Amino acid sequence: MATLMYWEAIRRAHDEEMARDPMVIAMGEDIGIAGGTYKATQGLYDKYGPARVIDTPISENSFTGIGIGASFLGVRPIIELMSVNFAWLAMDQIFNSAAKVRYMSGGQLTAPVVIRSPGGVAHQLGAQHSARMEKVFMGIAGLRVVTPSNPKQAYGLLKSAVRCNDPVFINEHELMYNLTGEVPDSEYFHPLEGSEIVRPGRDITLFGYNISVHWNLQAAGILMRDHGIEAEVIDLYALSPLDRAGIRASVSKTHRAIIVEEAEAPVGVGAEVMAIINEECFFELDAAPVRVSARMLPIPFNRTLEKAAIPDIQDIVAAVLKMMGR
Amino acid sequence: MDTADKKRVLREMLFARRFEERCYEAYAERKIGGFLHLYPGQEACAIGVMEAARPGHDYVITGYRDHIHAIKCGVEPKAVMAELYGKETGCSKGRGGSMHLFDISKRFMGGYALVGGPFPLAAGMAKAIQLQGGDEIAICFLGDAANNQGTFHETMNMAALWHLPVLFVCENNSYGIGTVSHRSTAVTEQYKRVCAYDMAAEQADGQDVEAVYAIASKAVNFVRSGKGPFFLELCTYRYRGHSMSDAGTYRTKAEVAEWAKRDPIFILRDRLIAAGELTQADYELMDKDILVEIEDEVIAYAENSPEPRVEELEKYVLAENDPWVMGGVS
Repeated sequence: MATLMYWEAIRRAHDEEMARDPMVIAMGEDIGIAGGTYKATQGLYDKYGPARVIDTPISENSFTGIGIGASFLGVRPIIELMSVNFAWLAMDQIFNSAAKVRYMSGGQLTAPVVIRSPGGVAHQLGAQHSARMEKVFMGIAGLRVVTPSNPKQAYGLLKSAVRCNDPVFINEHELMYNLTGEVPDSEYFHPLEGSEIVRPGRDITLFGYNISVHWNLQAAGILMRDHGIEAEVIDLYALSPLDRAGIRASVSKTHRAIIVEEAEAPVGVGAEVMAIINEECFFELDAAPVRVSARMLPIPFNRTLEKAAIPDIQDIVAAVLKMMGR
Repeated sequence: MDTADKKRVLREMLFARRFEERCYEAYAERKIGGFLHLYPGQEACAIGVMEAARPGHDYVITGYRDHIHAIKCGVEPKAVMAELYGKETGCSKGRGGSMHLFDISKRFMGGYALVGGPFPLAAGMAKAIQLQGGDEIAICFLGDAANNQGTFHETMNMAALWHLPVLFVCENNSYGIGTVSHRSTAVTEQYKRVCAYDMAAEQADGQDVEAVYAIASKAVNFVRSGKGPFFLELCTYRYRGHSMSDAGTYRTKAEVAEWAKRDPIFILRDRLIAAGELTQADYELMDKDILVEIEDEVIAYAENSPEPRVEELEKYVLAENDPWVMGGVS
């Protein structure tokens, strides 16, 4: 096991896949000579050259479409959208071309592209650089959506996504590129479906994904230490399709569920997980499920207001105590 | 094109005309549903360009007015008609419809319904060809109105910057849905618009299939020889409305009649007759033969084909049994 940063894990996955298959290419803004805003493609330009590590103009919709078109002929593009906020500009090609072409061609044509992009509320980036767009992507039929919460997942999900024949959107997080964690020394392929129990518990389930997994782990520690509550922390690294069986199994054990998301509640991951709980295991519940989520507003610039707009660990602890009647 | 080629091309254009007219009837009979965008008037564009290219070898992509492009690429007319009928035997298994014809075995890479959407997809296929070192080219057929989308300018920039082997064919029929181009577009001569990207470009008469063939041969050779992208504007006209729901109130009957004087089928027919290569009787026999073929082979096939099975409703959403979904086989 090597200890790698999140960005190093992504870079390693790129490097291994590009070394293996000359049809794997990387493209995006500043990913070549500059090495990527978050260093995820550092050094690849020198190793693989400008034909395969492509610095694109700032034309998100069309360079995404070019990647999709190349994938029609067997190329495996890894497209970086520098910020998920810019993915809105590429949404036409993602939504109308990549996600639909298999279906509307009756299974003849596929778009095996990987689109990676960081979202989330970082530090005072303002309303137009703080979007959490996973809720949008997970509503698109024909697109897989995964979101790594640690370097091992960042590495293994990208490896599997490159080889999978479906288009895959990888939702990264701007605050997590310097997170360290263990990554297997040998090749590792993370499943694109499922969920992980990252801390087992019997009293309540805390569902999260990406950065909120870390909040939930901290909250679970406090709950155990100060209140003797054993919270189970589930990592929903696959957002589409969601792991119905994993959600059911955990709630059937703990009988209580809280979904923690950095995004706004409406039409979000939490709403979807609650619907699955209702459909799969309503009669197992001892309490109505609750969401801990961001406020419904454009993210403010001011640091105090920004912090207040998204959940924190105290919000999670308070929600658990309330549900447990403490 | 020699005389035999010209006669074959005349038959292909006449077949295209009769095919589209029969679609119109089937739509009126409610055999075809949804949107339907017909090609009469523009036949020389798709047929002339693909006569100069290599159908089945070069990769072709287009918009929603795609029936004739598909047929000229080698897709069986009966499979196109079956698709319009929504049948399982359609070229997209009834999942696509008129606007989304596909036949990857013929390298017809699809019709797309978002105006301007195919520009980057074509450039992407060209990027793949460049990486793989093949002698194919990508050909993108779209209308003039697509050039007002951002994807036009973004893609022209990247195609020129990266010297991609892609031919953009602009079928300029002067209308974007129901708005005449001078009311929507500052520069209506479309070939001029790519000079900002230093791209090779020409304008030609899209009604004369021999002229289309000549200019397209030059354009195809330019792209195939590795000189980069080429933008070809063909000036043409569609007789029908934008789609079946178009009453045509935005233009005069006199305008349509004026263009009909330069009908692409009649131009070639009359030239062949004047040269003594064809008689009016030959032409009428050809027409009769086409009508029989469409009825007996195309319509009958579409009518008698099975519907898709509801049990297979979700079949083509995602790849089936892809081992990498669960982390591979190792």
